[in-house]
Amino acid sequence: MVEPMNNSRHALSVRDLVVDFAQDTGTIRALDGVSLDLHAGRVLGVVGESGCGKSVTARAILRLIDRPGRIASGRVLLDPGSPEQQDLAALDPEGRAMRAVRGGRIGLIFQEPMTALSVHYTVGNQIIEAMRAHSDLSKAAARERVVKLLHEVGIPRPETRIDAYPFQLSGGLRQRVGIALALAAEPEILIADEPTTALDVTTQAQILALLRRLQCTKGVALMLITHDMGVIAQMADDVAVMYLGRVVEFAPVGKLFAAPRHPYTRALLRSVPNLRAVPRERLATIGGAVPHLGARPVGCPFHPRCPEVIEGRCATQAPPEIPPDRAGASCFHAMAEASA
Amino acid sequence: MLIYLARRLALALVTCAAISVLTFIIIRLPPGDFVDAYIANLAVGGSSVSAEQAAAMRREYGLDRPVVVQYGLWMGRVIRGDFGVSMMWRRPVTEVIGDRLWLTMAVSFAALLLTWLIALPIGIYSAARQYSIGDYIATTLGFIGLAIPNFLLALILMYLGFRYLGLSVGGLFTPEYAQADWSWAKFRDLMVHIPLPAAVLALAGTAQLIRIMRANLLDELRKPYVVTARAKGISESRALLKYPVRAALNPFASSSAYLFPYLVSGSIVVSLVLGLPTVGPLLLQALVAQDMFLAGTIVLLLGVLTVIGTLISDLLLMWIEPRIRLQGRA
Amino acid sequence: MTAVGVTSDDRLSQATQLQLTWWRFRRHRLAVVSLIVVALFYLGAVFADFLAVVDPHATDARRSFIPPQGITLFDDGVFRPHVSGLEGVRDPKSFKLVYTPDPARKLPVALFVHGYPYNLFGLIPTDRHLLGIEGGQGVDGIFLLGTDQLGRDLFSRLMVATRISLSIGLAGVAFSLMLGILLGGISGLYGGAIDTLIQRVIEVVRSIPTIPLWMGLAAALPNTWSVTQVYFAITLIISLVSWTELARVMRGRFLALREEDFVIAAELAGAGQMRIILRHMLPSFASHIIAATSLALPVMIVSETSLSFLGLGLRPPAISWGILLQDAQNVQVLAGAPWLLSAAVPVILVILAFNFLGDGVRDAADPYG
Repeated sequence: MVEPMNNSRHALSVRDLVVDFAQDTGTIRALDGVSLDLHAGRVLGVVGESGCGKSVTARAILRLIDRPGRIASGRVLLDPGSPEQQDLAALDPEGRAMRAVRGGRIGLIFQEPMTALSVHYTVGNQIIEAMRAHSDLSKAAARERVVKLLHEVGIPRPETRIDAYPFQLSGGLRQRVGIALALAAEPEILIADEPTTALDVTTQAQILALLRRLQCTKGVALMLITHDMGVIAQMADDVAVMYLGRVVEFAPVGKLFAAPRHPYTRALLRSVPNLRAVPRERLATIGGAVPHLGARPVGCPFHPRCPEVIEGRCATQAPPEIPPDRAGASCFHAMAEASA
Repeated sequence: MLIYLARRLALALVTCAAISVLTFIIIRLPPGDFVDAYIANLAVGGSSVSAEQAAAMRREYGLDRPVVVQYGLWMGRVIRGDFGVSMMWRRPVTEVIGDRLWLTMAVSFAALLLTWLIALPIGIYSAARQYSIGDYIATTLGFIGLAIPNFLLALILMYLGFRYLGLSVGGLFTPEYAQADWSWAKFRDLMVHIPLPAAVLALAGTAQLIRIMRANLLDELRKPYVVTARAKGISESRALLKYPVRAALNPFASSSAYLFPYLVSGSIVVSLVLGLPTVGPLLLQALVAQDMFLAGTIVLLLGVLTVIGTLISDLLLMWIEPRIRLQGRA
Repeated sequence: MTAVGVTSDDRLSQATQLQLTWWRFRRHRLAVVSLIVVALFYLGAVFADFLAVVDPHATDARRSFIPPQGITLFDDGVFRPHVSGLEGVRDPKSFKLVYTPDPARKLPVALFVHGYPYNLFGLIPTDRHLLGIEGGQGVDGIFLLGTDQLGRDLFSRLMVATRISLSIGLAGVAFSLMLGILLGGISGLYGGAIDTLIQRVIEVVRSIPTIPLWMGLAAALPNTWSVTQVYFAITLIISLVSWTELARVMRGRFLALREEDFVIAAELAGAGQMRIILRHMLPSFASHIIAATSLALPVMIVSETSLSFLGLGLRPPAISWGILLQDAQNVQVLAGAPWLLSAAVPVILVILAFNFLGDGVRDAADPYG
C-alpha cells in the first residue's frame, strides 16, 4: 500500500454531477448526482457493474461526452480551493481552456488498446502530437522525450518501437503505449478507464505494477475505474462504489473490504468467488438485474434487488447522498448505524 | 507493397486484353465484313469494285483467315499504332479521332477532380455537423445528383440557359479557337469552358461520394481512437481531420476507384447533348454508319485510357493506407 | 413494467426474419412512401392503355406542338370539367396552321368513355378509357401534356412508355439477379481459387466504361430485328454489366453466412448443400436481395433511357421514356415546346423512389451492416 503523500493536495472535486442523454424515446439520466474527489498521490478506485456510469463519469470530467449527451448540472472543480480553481463543467468543451486541461492536466488511459490508437500513424507520431500540444518542444526534442517515456513505461528498444504502427505491437505493449500517451504532457491527474480488462492476467499484473510505479514516482492522482474487486484490493487507496449513476458507498479500501456498509457493496463482495469457500456451494449472485437507465426505480435505486430492503421506506424515499470526501454509504441502514 | 503493385498492373493488362477482345467482337458483329461495307460505301458514291479487287482486299486485310488469326493480325497492327482507316472519312482513324480522345479524358479527369474537391469537404462537414442546415443542403444536393441522370441534367441546363439567358450552353471552345492549333491561349479557353460539362458529369458521382464519406465518417466518429485524440487536448478540427477523416478516406478512395470509368462513360452522352468536340458524338456517328474500325478503335482506346486512369487512383489508395503498404493487403 | 424504448419481448422473440425486417422498414416513412409511389407506377403501367386518352401511335400533322391543356373544373361556378376546343389559325408569317385553345367552345370531360381499342392486360379487348371528351370535332381532344411534332398526344405516349421502361427495368434486373446470385453465390460459398477468379472477372468488367460498350453492342443489332427482339437484346446487353454489383452483395452475404453457427449446425446434422442454401441461408439474405434489386432497378431504367435517347436502344414504333426524350434533344425545338421534356419527371421520380426504397430495405435488413 502506498503511503499518502505529505501534501495530499486536493486535485479534483466532482460535485453533484448530472449527465443526461436525450433519446427519441425520452431522456435517460446516466449520472444522477455523482460526487468524487481526487488527491495527489492517492488512487481512487471506482467500481461497479456495467452501465453504472463509471465511464460516463470519466468522460464527463474531460467534457468528452458527445451529443445527445450533456452535463445537466453539477460542477467539476480542478484545483479546488485554490485561486486557479476552474469549473470544467462550465467551460466550452472545444475551447482553448478545456483543451489545455485535456492531456495537459488530466490524462486518460483507455480500456481497449486495440481500438484506442489510430492505425494510420506511428506510435511516436501520436505521442509526440500529445506532447507538443501542451508545450513548445521542437519535433526533435519531443521525439527524444518520447523515447525516454516509452522506456519508462517498460517498452523494450524504444528507439525503434517509436516508429512502429500500433498493429505491429502486442496487446500489452499497446496498453503501455496508451499509458505513455496519457502521460505525455505530464498531467497531475490520470484517469484509467478499465485499463486491464482487455488484457490477459499476466499482462494485467504487469500493467498494474507499472501504474503503481508511475503513480509513486510522479505523484499523480489516479482514478482507477474497474469492475474487478481484485484490482481494487490491489491498487486503490480509497474506493467509490457506483450503482445506476450514483455513488452508493465511499470508504478507504481497507475499511470497505473489512466492513462494507452498503447492501450492494456487501453483495458485490459476496459474489467474488472465494478460494476458501466450501466446495460445491452455489455461487452467490445479486438477485434480479440492473434496471434499464430509463426505468430508474423510485426511491433508493437498489431497493428492488436489496436483500435488506426496508418496507415502505426504501421504495419511496431516496437515501441522502454521502457527504463529500468522507467515508459513508447512501443507505438508510448505514445512516442508522452511523448515528447509533 | 510491390506484390500489390504487381497485382494491380497484371490486372490492368488483363483488362486491356479483355477490352481488346470485346472491341474486336464489336467490330466484327455487324453482318458482312469491312470489305462489304467498303463496297457498299463506294456504291453510294457511284463507283464499284470488281470481284478480284474485293478478293485481293480481303486477303490484304486477312478477312479470309480464321477469326482468331484476324484478331491476332488486328492486335499486331494496333500495337504498332495502325488502327485502320475510317470509311466515312477515308482517312486513318487516328487522324479522324485527333484531339477528341484527349479532350474526352480532359473532361472526365476534370469531373473526377471536381468530384473529389467537392464531395470530400462537403461529406466531412455533413458528418461533423450532423443535422445542421449545411448537412441538409448537402443531402438535398445529393438527392438531386442521385435522381437526375447526367444527360437529363445537361438537357435541362441547356434548355434553361437558352430560354432564360439566351446562351448557347455547350461546346468546349469559343469558335475562333475550335479549329486552331494548340497554344496557351487555347488551353486557357478550354479551362474556361470545362467547368460546366465537368460539373454536369460530376454531379451524380459527387452525390454518391458525399453519402459514402458522410456515412463512413459518422461510423468512424463513434470509435474509441477519436476519443483518444480529443483527450490529448488537440484542436477539434485537427482531431477530426487527422484521425477519423483519414480512416474514412479508405472506403472513399476505393469507391472512387471505379468512378473514372463511370465518368468516361457518362461523358459520351453528356458531350452529345452539350455538343462537345469529344469522342462521344464521333462514336455515335461511327456506329450509326457502321464505320467499324473507327468505332472499334474509339472503344478500345477509351477502355485502355480508363484502365490507366483507374490504376492511378489505385496508387493513390495505396499511398493513403499504411496497412497496404506494409502488409501488402488491406 | 416496460421501460422506455423496450418493445414487448414475446413478439420480438417469435418474429421471423422477414417480419423483423418489415417492422424496421415501416419506421422509415420515406421508404414507405417510396414503396407506395413505386406501386402506383407499376399499377399505372398495367393500366397504361386505360389511362391513355388518345392512341399513342396516331399521328396528325394538324395537331403538331399543341401546348398542354388543363382541364377547367368549374364552368360558371358549376362543377363541370371541360377543355376548350381548338381553333386553327394560320400564322401570317410562317403560314403554318397553329392551333390555339378557343375558350368559347367548351367540351365536357367524362369518365370511362369510349376511345381507341386496345387489349386490357393483353387479353381483354375493350375501348374504355379513364378520361375522354364528348362531342369533339376535328383536332379537338384532351392533351394533358401537349403534343409532339407529329401531333401525337404526349400524355398517352407517356403512359405507354411507362409500361415499357418499367418492364425493361424488371427484365434487366431479373437477368442480372440470376447471373449475380449464381456467380456471387459460387464465389462466396466455395471461396479459394474460384472466388479469386470470379472476383478478378468482376474487377475487369467494372473497369470497362459501359456506355461505349453498350453503344457498340446495340448498334450491331441488325435493322431487321423486330421490336420485341430488340427489346430483349437491349435488356440482355444492359444486364451484362450490372450483375457485378449484385454478385458482390451476394458474395459478401454468402461469405458471412458460411461462418454462421446455424449453417455449421445444419452441415453437421447432415443436410445437403442445396437444402442448406435454400432452407437455411435464403431467409437470411432474402431482404438483401430485395434491397439490391431496388437499387439496381433505377440503374437499368436509366441505362435503357440513355441508350434509347441516343437512338441506339429501343426503336420506334416502340415507346419508352428514352425515345420520348429523344425529341427533346434539339434546344431550339425545346425552347418552343418545353413540354417535350415531361418524360423527365417520371424518370426522376422513379429513380428517387427506388433509391429510397432500396435504402430503406437495406437498413431494415441489416441495421448494422
